[in-house]
Amino acid sequence: MTATAELFETEARVRATPEERRSTIVGIVLIALGVYVFWAFGLGSGAGLDARFNLSLQTDRFQDLSWVVDARTLSILVAVIIVGLGIWRVTRSALSWTNISLAIGFGLFSLAFLAWAAAGGQFSLVGMLRSTVLLSVVVVLGALTGLMCERVGIINIGIEGQLLASAFAAVVLSSAFGTIAGLVGALLTGGVLGLLLAWLTIRFHVDQIIAGVVINFLALGLTSLMTARILTDVQTLNAPERISAIRIPFLADIPVLGPMLFDHSFFVYGMFILLVGLHFGLFYTRWGLRSRSVGEHPKAADTAGINVYWVRYRNVVLGGMIAGFGGAFLGLSQVARFEENMTGGIGFIGLAAMIFGRWLPFGALGAGLVFGFSRAVQQKVSILGIGIPSEFLLMLPYIVVIVVVAGVVGKTRPPAADGQPYIKQ
Amino acid sequence: MTDQGTQSPPDERPPNGRSFDGVMDRIAGIGEPIRRALLLPTLALVLALVVGAFIIMVTDVDAWRRMGDEPLAALGDMLDGVWVAYRELFIGAFGSVRALSETLFTSTPLILAGLAVAVGFRAGLFNIGARGQIFVGGLFALWVGLHVDLPAILHIPVAVIAAMIGGGIWGGLAGLLKARTGAHEVITTIMLNFVAAFFTLWVLKTSVFQEEGSTIPKSAPILESARLPTIFGSQYRINIGIFIAIAAVFFVYWILFRSTIGFEFRAAGFSPSASLYAGMNVAFLYTAVMFLSGALSGLAGATQTLGLPPYTVTDNFAGNIGFDAIALALLGRSHPFGVLWSGLLFGALIAGGRVMQAAAGVTVDLVIVMQSLIVIFIAAPELVRAIFKVKAAEAEPTQVTTGWGA
Repeated sequence: MTATAELFETEARVRATPEERRSTIVGIVLIALGVYVFWAFGLGSGAGLDARFNLSLQTDRFQDLSWVVDARTLSILVAVIIVGLGIWRVTRSALSWTNISLAIGFGLFSLAFLAWAAAGGQFSLVGMLRSTVLLSVVVVLGALTGLMCERVGIINIGIEGQLLASAFAAVVLSSAFGTIAGLVGALLTGGVLGLLLAWLTIRFHVDQIIAGVVINFLALGLTSLMTARILTDVQTLNAPERISAIRIPFLADIPVLGPMLFDHSFFVYGMFILLVGLHFGLFYTRWGLRSRSVGEHPKAADTAGINVYWVRYRNVVLGGMIAGFGGAFLGLSQVARFEENMTGGIGFIGLAAMIFGRWLPFGALGAGLVFGFSRAVQQKVSILGIGIPSEFLLMLPYIVVIVVVAGVVGKTRPPAADGQPYIKQ
Repeated sequence: MTDQGTQSPPDERPPNGRSFDGVMDRIAGIGEPIRRALLLPTLALVLALVVGAFIIMVTDVDAWRRMGDEPLAALGDMLDGVWVAYRELFIGAFGSVRALSETLFTSTPLILAGLAVAVGFRAGLFNIGARGQIFVGGLFALWVGLHVDLPAILHIPVAVIAAMIGGGIWGGLAGLLKARTGAHEVITTIMLNFVAAFFTLWVLKTSVFQEEGSTIPKSAPILESARLPTIFGSQYRINIGIFIAIAAVFFVYWILFRSTIGFEFRAAGFSPSASLYAGMNVAFLYTAVMFLSGALSGLAGATQTLGLPPYTVTDNFAGNIGFDAIALALLGRSHPFGVLWSGLLFGALIAGGRVMQAAAGVTVDLVIVMQSLIVIFIAAPELVRAIFKVKAAEAEPTQVTTGWGA
């Protein structure tokens, strides 16, 4: 071994790597969180107050399952575990556990928070978990839309508009011609807006972010205008048949997991199938290899004989159709009517979930569930009526996005050619 | 940002006598640069009006009901609807002293917020957060307007400066996050918009701001000394805010094109890596640009909270200004004077749109559609050239951003 190499090795040992520094930061955050849990939820809960977590819904086969726990004891236990995790992080061992520790820490924090909020009363835990899944569907589908586009190097800021426009199409067409027409219309609307994005950015080299913003405006303006001019006049066009849940036999009877995962409309099952399909497709098929190569190095892909433009068009349109599926869910499955600007920024949260999920399908699922969870907590806790103003709980998902994007969760690496127009020479 | 995606500031094209030798060539007496600058926006506006007309016709429910029996009459109804809508739009924008007052009044915050977005574009930053910055700046001004007792000559400047600080902090936060962590400003500013909107909703219900006895998020009326004085008496809403906006236009022009820091802003926008290599503190520049941008949005917030009769503030005082600002900054090619003219145009469209909504049953949403169409046509000049068969010498993509960048 030469002297230079030895020098490098010594320096590497002395200087902390970014991962090591991050582990320390996460550790400090966790310790602070643990102290806060001890103070706010441990000492803050009255002594001897039980929190009753309901684990079954009224429609379940097994009734009256619940978990009763003393709020103060639970909170203090949670505080000790979180502080322990934090100290473990500060020692900088097992660096691959940094994110997992952070996730466990925040999960336990939420549990203690809920126990504190529900102390002396009861709280439907399974209801909240079910809402988590339902509230994350659009976020996950939005993230998958973004992922489809960005894996081939096109940034899609227009997810929000694609969701909104396809929700409108789903509601109107479903009201007029039935559910199937609504679904097809939503998929087509999403696809057409994807095509518009691809056309503007590939054919005319329009800045990708501007094109996406324009799609959002266009969708918002058109759907609001048509709502005001048509739907208020012809009410029957805003009354689609609500798509009901399909209960999967036996699986739906499993306590907690059943109502959470196996008693939903086909949109939720579709989302999971799509996730598995996309993961397999991206990493184990020729289509996926080509898509990724176009997103990483379009010139090399072109040299290897791949039609870069065609791959980009195809994936962006398919991505738009995923958003169309999400829009149909929004319009047909939840409230089953269209309201002006009913997406309310969820497309942007999907975009952030894609970044948070590191451009991976299952990463998008994880990120989507985090956002769904924070929203479900907000909804259920505002029912409990504790002192926190609902506006602050409503802010929560957006603050989570900022924190996530600002990199508390670590450096993410987008596809190398993301956002770069490709001009064939 | 990577250094591969070079960005060309849209309006600094070399003069080229042969391009755009079509429609506008016949207009005498206009110098080539002005003609070039005006041609594309004019054609974009015309196209937007045409598509808008088509949308009005297609969404005319009553006419469609007649279509089966008497198609010609129905078609006539549709055309009539377009005529009435555009006539009211025009009358509402220019048809009377009141209309002109409304146009200028509506333009004021649009120009200010448009300048905010334009400054960001010049430095390669896409500030979608004007909405949030308007909220925060407006709240700062509102607080001063409610709780600080000063003579008018001091009260208004203090409130306006407070708004600039508030908006600047909110914008600077996004700049700081980008400089420090690489968090893309598009995401952070959008999220900060939501945070600011919910915060406004909450804070207007606290005793600090809420009108006594009110149950909705609505402030008490601000002190008289803090109200922006109207120019032509209280029956017209136009106030001295328009002068603030025009002053801001010249100030931004001076900053961007006559000052050292403005040169550094534009250099950072053109190539961050080259600026870094030249010894500029790009991290500081990002924060400074976003602070300046936020301060300009904050000014727009001040005109909304200090100048809008009846001087009580509700939770949606930012309206759609933040998003209109993006469109008009693009239309104005991120140049302060361009922003001034596009701000006046959009002010006219929106003021006219309100009259159109009341008189012709076409909601102001049509204006949003037309704005987005204008932006498409401005951002895709080739598309306009293809439609109007105007010859073009070279294709120049407008690119303001490059990827999520690190």
